[in-house]
Amino acid sequence: MDTLTSLAEGFVIALTFQNLALALLGTFLGTIMGALPGLGPANGVAILIPLAFTMGLGPTPAMILLTSVYYGAMYGGRISSILLNIPGDEPAMMTCLDGHPMAIQGRAGEALALSGVASFVGAFIATWGLILLAPQLVKFALLFGPAEYFALFALAFATLGGVASTNQAKSAFAAMFGLALAVVGVDTQTGVPRLTFGEVHLYDGLDFLVAIVGLFALSEVFIFLEHRHGASSAGPGTIKVGRITPSWKLLKSTTPTMLRSSFLGFVAGVLPGAGASLGSFIAYSFEKRLVDRKGTFGHGDPRGVAAPEAGNNAAAGGALVPMLALGVPGSGTTAVLLAVLLSLNITPGPLLFTNNADVVWGLIAALFIANFMLLAMNIPMVGLFTRLLMVPPRILMPIVAMISFVGIYGISGSSFDLLVMIGFGVLGWLLRKLDVPLVPVILGTLLGNTMENNLRRAVTISNGDYFTLVGSPLAIALWTVAVIGFILPIFVGRMVRARMHARRDTESSTAD
Amino acid sequence: MSDRIFGTVGLVLALFYAWATLQIQESFLSDAVGPKIFPLSVAVILGLASIAIILRPDSEPEWPHLSRLVEIGAAIVVMILYAEFLDVVGFGIATALATTYLTWRLGTGPLQSVLVGLATSAGIYIIFRLVLGLSLARGPLGF
Repeated sequence: MDTLTSLAEGFVIALTFQNLALALLGTFLGTIMGALPGLGPANGVAILIPLAFTMGLGPTPAMILLTSVYYGAMYGGRISSILLNIPGDEPAMMTCLDGHPMAIQGRAGEALALSGVASFVGAFIATWGLILLAPQLVKFALLFGPAEYFALFALAFATLGGVASTNQAKSAFAAMFGLALAVVGVDTQTGVPRLTFGEVHLYDGLDFLVAIVGLFALSEVFIFLEHRHGASSAGPGTIKVGRITPSWKLLKSTTPTMLRSSFLGFVAGVLPGAGASLGSFIAYSFEKRLVDRKGTFGHGDPRGVAAPEAGNNAAAGGALVPMLALGVPGSGTTAVLLAVLLSLNITPGPLLFTNNADVVWGLIAALFIANFMLLAMNIPMVGLFTRLLMVPPRILMPIVAMISFVGIYGISGSSFDLLVMIGFGVLGWLLRKLDVPLVPVILGTLLGNTMENNLRRAVTISNGDYFTLVGSPLAIALWTVAVIGFILPIFVGRMVRARMHARRDTESSTAD
Repeated sequence: MSDRIFGTVGLVLALFYAWATLQIQESFLSDAVGPKIFPLSVAVILGLASIAIILRPDSEPEWPHLSRLVEIGAAIVVMILYAEFLDVVGFGIATALATTYLTWRLGTGPLQSVLVGLATSAGIYIIFRLVLGLSLARGPLGF
């Protein structure tokens, strides 16, 4: 009952003119970002962070704008998967398998509509899951002391490479590199400057927003320059969209699929190290095992379109659970959202639900509203988005670069930050070429200080006894999961990844 | 080979990081852990991960041709120039020039590139400066 009251209060917050307008803007921009190959949800949110700051938005409106972008990008990814057989972002990879064959058969409109509905169902169920699960997780998290938090952060880093990671050494490298960057600046506890090499600009530490925009958005520009991939992916009149309303029969026959996939996707989203890409993969493979009796999956089976779309949208919602309740994001985009919260001076975690209840519930209510907007936007207006796919990257990418520059300059007004951002852009490009995941780098820079503070707090409380770090059953359990989570992918990672990429190679390495 | 070089660079970085950490001047008022332990452990794991990368390298990534590398290098130089001259020539001119260059290098015709550059600069100026009221770098011409 408590929950419903809070939710009602959340709707009161979300249903203001400004917040509704922001949700609409966010969903619209998000769908575009998701649809354009090369710009995924993480890049999309990263590019728009400066916008949220320059508009001088408070925490709730800013989060409404950016999570709408996040949900919107999850919807948008499917459009280019279905029409062009190029996933708009990594989670939409699995949608290509059945979506594109449907489009070739002249059922593109149907596939788009069905996947729109599936996205809606997935996101809707996941938002309910978020409401029910997050407060429970908060109660659990209140048992955590500094030592447990330190272990939890270690767990997040150990599992961040994901089950599908091929090279754990590179994931570890990326996480440590991020932590190393976080150390730069004046030490918060003793006040001594660390690793600043006398550069005054560094005393405040590196601004993680600068790092994020550089790593995600600018490195994308370099990737495009490298391939000179400037032509539009959509040739004129490649595929006819056809009718864009799904028949009731089709919806009815795919309903069980959507429900099962939403559940699986949500679970995958909540678990650390899984995320939306894996959510859609699990949903698709499970459905294929379960209902594919005639071998129609992969040849334009509507259920093969519904399953991954419901799965990845549900996972997107699920990934918000650990981010809001524990302050430990499970995916790239939620890491970026965490960065936004931190720079708005709001610390996610158990206290968020008591101290900033308005932010949490306003956000959740806004997710519901955004989801309905997306459904409304994605079925009748899908034609508009398909036309936007014609904007060639040779025009789009410079605009992305310039908006990144303007945004960062707008936040700090210093050209030193612009240089740092360029540095991160180049670094991001190099790391992507070397197949080093970028998300742990971001998470490291974000969480490094909190992680260190928890370590120092824990040890100081116990008078310098380091064994306090493994001093409670809960801490030991977290460390065990962390170790298993780090070692497991070394054995099963290759297998999972090979199967995920069996039919699709993707250019993008910034996973959701 | 790339991975071995990468790992070696990582190892050097870890050593340098550990050395730089040891140079930190400790305050006389310190907590039980102090400012050095955390960065030192980070350096150790960073080094171990780098060694693992050296010992078990992945397959070679596809490096672009030299001409493409030069292309990227030139774009980086343009961006650095953009950052350096933003305060001098003002937002409008700097953005128009940088956008024109990038659009041109991504394969647009010269004339169209100039148009895209001007349009982008004007568009961003209108949205961010006039609508959102963000302070952009002002040049001698006032924009």
